[in-house]
Amino acid sequence: MSAAISLVEVDLTLGQDAARVHVLKNISLSIAQGETVSLLGPSGSGKSTLLMTLAGLERPDKGSVIITGTNITQMSEDRLARFRGEHIGIVFQSFLLIPTMNALENVAIPLELAGKTAPFQRAREALDSVGLSDRLTHFPKQLSGGEQQRVAIARALCMNPVILAADEPTGNLDSETGLSIADLIFLQQKIHNTTLILATHDESLAARCSRRLRLKSGSIISDTRA
Amino acid sequence: MNAEIPSYFRLNLKIALRDLLGDRRGFGIFIACIMIGVAAIAGVSSLSFSLAQGLSQEGRTILGGDASISLMSRTLSQEQKDYLSARGSLSELSLLRAMAHQVSGETSVIEIKAIDPSTYPTFGAITLNPERPLLDALSEQNGIFGLIAETALLTRLDAKLGDIITIGNGRFEIRSTLINEPDKLAGGIGFGPRVFMTRTALHATGLATPGAIIRNLTRIRLTGNQSDQEVKNFYSEINNAFPNAGWEIRTRDAVSPQFSRNLDRFTQLLSLIALTALIAGGAGVANSVREFTDRKRSQFAILKALGASGSQVFTIALIQITLAGLIATLLGLAIGALIPIFAVNWLHHISDLPFTPSLSLKGILIGGCYGLLVTFIFAVVPLGRVHEMPVSRLLRDEDQPLHLWRYYILSALAACLLAVLTLFSASDLKLGMIYIIGVFVVFACLRAASWAVITGLRKFTHPNNPRLRLALANIWRPKSIAPSLIISAGLTQTLLIALALVEGAIHHELVRADSSEIPNFFFLDVPKTQTESFDAFLTKIIPEAHVEHVPMMRGRILELKGKPLDRHTIADDAKWVLEGDRGITFSENIPDNSTLTEGTWWEKKYAGLPLVSLEQKVAEGFGLKIGDSIKINVLGRDIIATVANFRKVDWRSYAINFVMVFSPNAFKTAPYTELFTISYTAPSLSDRDQKDALITRQTAKDYPNIISIRVKDVLIAVDKIATQLAFAARAATVIALATAGLALASAIISSQRARLYDTVIYKILGARRRWLMSVYTVEFGLLGLVASLIALIAGLCFAYGLIKYVMKIDFVFPGTTLIVILSATLLSIIVLGLMLSWRVLIDPAAPALRRL
Repeated sequence: MSAAISLVEVDLTLGQDAARVHVLKNISLSIAQGETVSLLGPSGSGKSTLLMTLAGLERPDKGSVIITGTNITQMSEDRLARFRGEHIGIVFQSFLLIPTMNALENVAIPLELAGKTAPFQRAREALDSVGLSDRLTHFPKQLSGGEQQRVAIARALCMNPVILAADEPTGNLDSETGLSIADLIFLQQKIHNTTLILATHDESLAARCSRRLRLKSGSIISDTRA
Repeated sequence: MNAEIPSYFRLNLKIALRDLLGDRRGFGIFIACIMIGVAAIAGVSSLSFSLAQGLSQEGRTILGGDASISLMSRTLSQEQKDYLSARGSLSELSLLRAMAHQVSGETSVIEIKAIDPSTYPTFGAITLNPERPLLDALSEQNGIFGLIAETALLTRLDAKLGDIITIGNGRFEIRSTLINEPDKLAGGIGFGPRVFMTRTALHATGLATPGAIIRNLTRIRLTGNQSDQEVKNFYSEINNAFPNAGWEIRTRDAVSPQFSRNLDRFTQLLSLIALTALIAGGAGVANSVREFTDRKRSQFAILKALGASGSQVFTIALIQITLAGLIATLLGLAIGALIPIFAVNWLHHISDLPFTPSLSLKGILIGGCYGLLVTFIFAVVPLGRVHEMPVSRLLRDEDQPLHLWRYYILSALAACLLAVLTLFSASDLKLGMIYIIGVFVVFACLRAASWAVITGLRKFTHPNNPRLRLALANIWRPKSIAPSLIISAGLTQTLLIALALVEGAIHHELVRADSSEIPNFFFLDVPKTQTESFDAFLTKIIPEAHVEHVPMMRGRILELKGKPLDRHTIADDAKWVLEGDRGITFSENIPDNSTLTEGTWWEKKYAGLPLVSLEQKVAEGFGLKIGDSIKINVLGRDIIATVANFRKVDWRSYAINFVMVFSPNAFKTAPYTELFTISYTAPSLSDRDQKDALITRQTAKDYPNIISIRVKDVLIAVDKIATQLAFAARAATVIALATAGLALASAIISSQRARLYDTVIYKILGARRRWLMSVYTVEFGLLGLVASLIALIAGLCFAYGLIKYVMKIDFVFPGTTLIVILSATLLSIIVLGLMLSWRVLIDPAAPALRRL
């Protein structure tokens, strides 16, 4: 399998002065196309930061991040935004939907930004695929937490991204809803053959991935495959 | 209970101060908004007061004595002189307008001050270049009198020191130029440069003929050091001693009532512009307070959870905001009070007005009240949310509709108090009232517009274009900048537009001078004996010209309805007619450009008791009816005339017209001169200017005693003054722009969190900065357009009313100027908005994401 993501000796330090924390320490990693990877570890271990780095949101101080053969480390902020929009879908624990737009508009945004044709038709299909065809004109505050996360998943997948990065996608949901969201993510991953990277505290959710990376103090301490 | 209230307040004060000292962030813009507005108000009143104090302190120097008696075309009787001499030393001088001629043919209107060098100046000193004794500069040498002239005359006549020029029949050598005359301000505005000559020289010119318009002044320096009250007593005493003197007396404590009145009006105008700046900044106050309450949400929630009542939390927040408002107000007052001290040197440099840096306690007090009231008006509603919101919602950072009506009522009551204070401090109640209604209407329109925009966009607009969708969503979302931007920018633009329209209308009057709608020249002091020949002379030079002439005298009203003037209440806009001598005429027929509105015109050859026709507005201001009587002194003779009719006069025709027109029999034997006008057209402006020059030259040559005044020159002089006044108004408007900018800044800052949230998501989803910038441009541009549209309508309505009904001149629509103003303000809004949002736009997504 070809590598969807490669990290070469990535180092990242956040904060300033006394609050400076070495979050990622010399991490090298390769993830194949279609692979499902979970990032596990205690709070502060660096799993969310690693996910953000993989998704092109954090810029490492040192090392390279290569996604589908493109080194994104030196890209300008605008080029990176465009690249992210076209290749990477991201799902957050707190959904991060635009409160002033309805579900359909929220999902259509990345399609519109990328200049895709018929963005609303495709957004409608994406929402249909996550079971929200009857919630198209609902605003985020009119949706339940699970429904909001479904909208976020539809938004993340509507561009058919190479990578789906999910940061604690079930963290804000009750266990039943969380389970249905997890099912949805893995179903969509299978349908689109997307590379899934998932940061979570939930061991059972992590167990559903083909590969588990365990982090501690900014370093990968174990890399196991199912 | 009584003991509980102070302890309740003490506790709240303690908590408020403890909290405030621990976290002083977020008050910068709040303090700046109030401080700038208050500083402007206090500064304007302090400057005005400094000028009033200067006038009062320099009163004796400006007036040239403790008191000054003015008579038109006659002098004091020997009995009067003897009476006054017994009370102090006298200094006599004459003021008149004439023409000066250079050998080369150049001419100029001049303002003559004929003095007695042994008694002038009574106070202060005259400065000449080269310096020489006054007597030496003016004395007769070999049949030629000395003359002191302003340098402007030398420029106009292309003359130099030592040149001989002609004034009337007299020949004069220009011996010195005038640098400074101590009593310049008392002379008012003239049409030409000032020249000094002796009274003997004036007689030699032959200009002091019977009927010529000469103001003779007798200045009295009272013996001993007399107090203002004693000077007032002296005023009453001489009026009682000579009740029929027909003179005008001014005393050192009221050098120029008209100037003082105009100063009061202009001060009020500038104060109102400054108050508008404060109100425009009020939107910034509201935003800052909303930002403050948002930041303190959890703190207020904890206090409530720990047992504090809503009122208690409200009181704590109100104390904090009031303290910030108080600090801002005190800073503003301090700056305002310092303005005259720092501005005095510059003001002395640019004007002759006597500024004495002074502190206006009334201005300071009013400025302070304005500052605190505006703080309360704009802060009470956002603070009310803290009172009304349950703990759970405060903790959840939820915004839901609350019943805030009682805070709106409190805010409205404070606004009423502000309106009362504005009226209380107004020198011109009508202007104050127009302002209050205007601000209320404009404010209500802008508020309604922002509501309509927000509601309309929320309900109806979900465009397919994502750029437009996000821009519109930013407008209708909670914590939108729309209300702040529309109100602050709209109010300021209204001011700018109204000011531009008024300026445009004044400039248009100047243009009219070139459009042959109004006469080209006025000719003063044409003797009765020269009337026919001068008429023929003008017609010969420009045969197609329209020439008009009427008799003219000067008269001073002494009584109305048989009672002295001080027993009447005169309307403000009619007082000017009673201040000094006014031009009067007599006529068999209704003058052109007049319409009879009440009463009847006298028959031809009318021979009964003297009748008078009055301008309608003035008659109303005097409270006169048809059949009432007027006593007027003309050339020392008292005439009682019966009001026969009222006329409506079109003053803007610039044709000859008078407030008072008498029946011819009233002045059958009186000496008088004729006033001429000439009107003509020309194919082009340069042709017209050539004709003007020809008339000036020929008149100066053939009729050296006749004063020609080119109307265009007068309008240019008026335009120059108007431009200077507009400059001051514009300076005050810049302050309004600054506070509006601050209000916009505070609105954007308070919406920053929501913007950051959206921007981060967009960046994560692939939006580039340029794209986001275009979204913000659309948002700021749309809001700016709404504000501009309302400001345009409001500014047009306000200016139309002012121009048509107060100034009574043509309303013009200076399209280009308005487009420039609207484009510039729109561009400023967009640029300022983008600058303030810059960090949100350029910061990478990840750090911002961590902050969410």
